[in-house]
Amino acid sequence: MSRRLLWALPPVALLALFFLYPLALVVQQSFQPDGGGTSLRPYADVFASEAFRNALWTTVWLALASTAGCLVLGFLLSLVIAFVPFPGAKAVARFIDVYLSFPSFLITLALLFIYGTTGIIGSFQFLTTPWGVLLAEVTYFTPFVMRPLLAAFSQLDTAQLEAAGSLGARAPRIIRRIILPESLPALAAGGSLVLVLCLNEFGIVLFTGAKGVTTLPMLVYSKAILESDYPGACVVAVVNVLISVSLYGLYRVVSRRAGA
Amino acid sequence: MLVHSRGARWAVWAVFLVLFVPLFALPLLVVLGASFATHWSGVLPSGPNTANYRAATRGEALQALTTSLLTATTASLLALTVGTWAALAGAALKKRYRRLMDALFVLPVAVPSVVVGLSVLVAFSKPPMLLNGTRWIVILAHTVLVTAFAHQSVSAAITRLDPAYEQAAASLGARPARVLLRVRLPLLLPSLTAAAGLCFALSMGELSATMMLYPPDWTPLPVLIYAATDRGALFTGSAVAVVLMAATLLVLFAVSRVRTRASYR
Repeated sequence: MSRRLLWALPPVALLALFFLYPLALVVQQSFQPDGGGTSLRPYADVFASEAFRNALWTTVWLALASTAGCLVLGFLLSLVIAFVPFPGAKAVARFIDVYLSFPSFLITLALLFIYGTTGIIGSFQFLTTPWGVLLAEVTYFTPFVMRPLLAAFSQLDTAQLEAAGSLGARAPRIIRRIILPESLPALAAGGSLVLVLCLNEFGIVLFTGAKGVTTLPMLVYSKAILESDYPGACVVAVVNVLISVSLYGLYRVVSRRAGA
Repeated sequence: MLVHSRGARWAVWAVFLVLFVPLFALPLLVVLGASFATHWSGVLPSGPNTANYRAATRGEALQALTTSLLTATTASLLALTVGTWAALAGAALKKRYRRLMDALFVLPVAVPSVVVGLSVLVAFSKPPMLLNGTRWIVILAHTVLVTAFAHQSVSAAITRLDPAYEQAAASLGARPARVLLRVRLPLLLPSLTAAAGLCFALSMGELSATMMLYPPDWTPLPVLIYAATDRGALFTGSAVAVVLMAATLLVLFAVSRVRTRASYR
């Protein structure tokens, strides 16, 4: 073995011991029902349960809808910051960076004051529905789309826009024909990252305290900690990991294509 | 400039404000406002006082703050060491191995943090590595989660590094260890501090894996905020949340001061 490979060994060994080995144990435990032995029983049990199918469906549609919302909103806001700049646009861009360093559950905490039972807008049960989670996820994850978009916009050659404008193209046409094609790679990269993060989001859902909204990470938590059903929790975990890791793989391929 | 007419420009800005303020500024303002209040059922919070902060800076909450700071500092330093080592070692490898190593080290980003928590719980609850019930299991999980981010940002910085400096140093007879310590690491210092800030912020706000793992005597701030809101103490909870945000921002600010100094060198 060459010396360079030897140098790479210690960090890889640490990762294997503290991340890959535990993950392998989760997969192993998902095949070991409480009664002992090795079988597909835990999978059959979990797949048959109504709660799991509901959680899977809720997770997927919430993630897709949040990603769509973040993409539309992020694109519009970034357009204004980059191409219709106003005094303070720089400060807004910096605010977005700061926003990314706060934990996600702060958004739900704030929404509890606005829409909660004793809240500002009143006591209609908005937060305990998936729509409350959707609003919180769109709010929290939109900056994750805006950051790559703003970076892409700053590299766009403004001469193209001015040429198009002087030839009589109006703003919607310039956006559709020049800006949108140029920003597709950034949109794809940001969008798939947000999709993965939404599939894995836990804090937002936990803080709504809604019994009606259960996503896969929430199900892992409640099965493991509240019900002590470890094989079941491991099955849900395996499903969740498979979905997120395959999507994240796709994200890496897309963003590498885009040259990011 | 995309919109030329003055009226249209104002209209665009109005739409921007209508979207931006309620969605992004309002949540933070609401948490800040609530942290000084005891009631909030009208438009503005009522019952202004600082009792929430007195509760949020002593006893249980103060201990949670120290817990969070210690956890985040330890986890970021460990993650920075392992991540930088992996990035430096990976950059020296052939393309095939480098890709493999990159893929391995970003995996924790894609795996849900709850599952990272579960896997650590499953693996370290039995001998020979019995960590469950100690603070180390929380620190370990945080380290695993943030190492991926440290590795990503440091390896991105390494690919941007100009090889001319290290080649010059090596051609003047510096040994690899000296090149690493005197040339490459100083050049990487700005990205290292940026990565440290990112890791620290992520670890301060980490809730998902922590909820699976925390022992009773090691409750970080996010867990305390959840416990407060869960039993209905929303106003105390938001004061603790403001403390969390302020602590994170202070450390990030300090780190960015180090960074500006490093990049002027």
